Amino acid sequence: MLQLTDAVYNQMVAHCLVGLPDEACGLLAGELDTGLVAVCYPTRNLAASAKLYTVDPKEHLRADRDAEAKGYSIIGVFHSHTHTDAYPSPTDVAQAPDPGWHYILVSLRDSVPVVRSYRISGDAIEEEPVTLRP
Amino acid sequence: MPVTVHLPTVLRPHAGGAKTVTVEGATVGEALTSLTGEYPGLSGQVIDDNGSLHKFVNVYLNDDDVRYLDGLNTPVAATDEISILPAVAGGAVDRAVPQPE
Repeated sequence: MLQLTDAVYNQMVAHCLVGLPDEACGLLAGELDTGLVAVCYPTRNLAASAKLYTVDPKEHLRADRDAEAKGYSIIGVFHSHTHTDAYPSPTDVAQAPDPGWHYILVSLRDSVPVVRSYRISGDAIEEEPVTLRP
Repeated sequence: MPVTVHLPTVLRPHAGGAKTVTVEGATVGEALTSLTGEYPGLSGQVIDDNGSLHKFVNVYLNDDDVRYLDGLNTPVAATDEISILPAVAGGAVDRAVPQPE
């Protein structure tokens, strides 16, 4: 289960909307065992593409250090799909770096953003509940 | 000389759950070889079969990507820290983008 605060949820969706027409991306830090996200790190999409994303590695390093200093770890990544469902693409699955991470998709295809979260291990994709908390 | 190595979550289970380990080495390559020597489960996850940095891993010496330094031959000092991070990428490129009607 992924647990998001309202602030993290809003920050994530806002970053995706600002990134249009390209895909946007970012990292989430929190507790690996509970799925509680404490910090959202919007990052630059180095691919600068409407179909691809690459988290800027230098921003990843900074986020990782900041998260560790706060007692958290990077536990997931979010990115937008600008014209498709909030479901992992074959590219997302092939390049998912960590089966312990949460993979959050923000679909901007429709007027209201759709946020869904998945666990990806090998070729297996499993959707998980997303809970919002104050 | 001892060098501190920071591990990402995906690699920690192969190092007894440690977030940070200390290994010996005078270069980044030597340090990473010491790392996989001490934790065999990490073999092939940082350095590939050809002896190069794995394509989907970014390795930093302090603030610098070692690919932009001297790669695995980059010398390290005792106060240096190595950070290993997974490359994070993807996208919807394999899915058909609906065309406007």
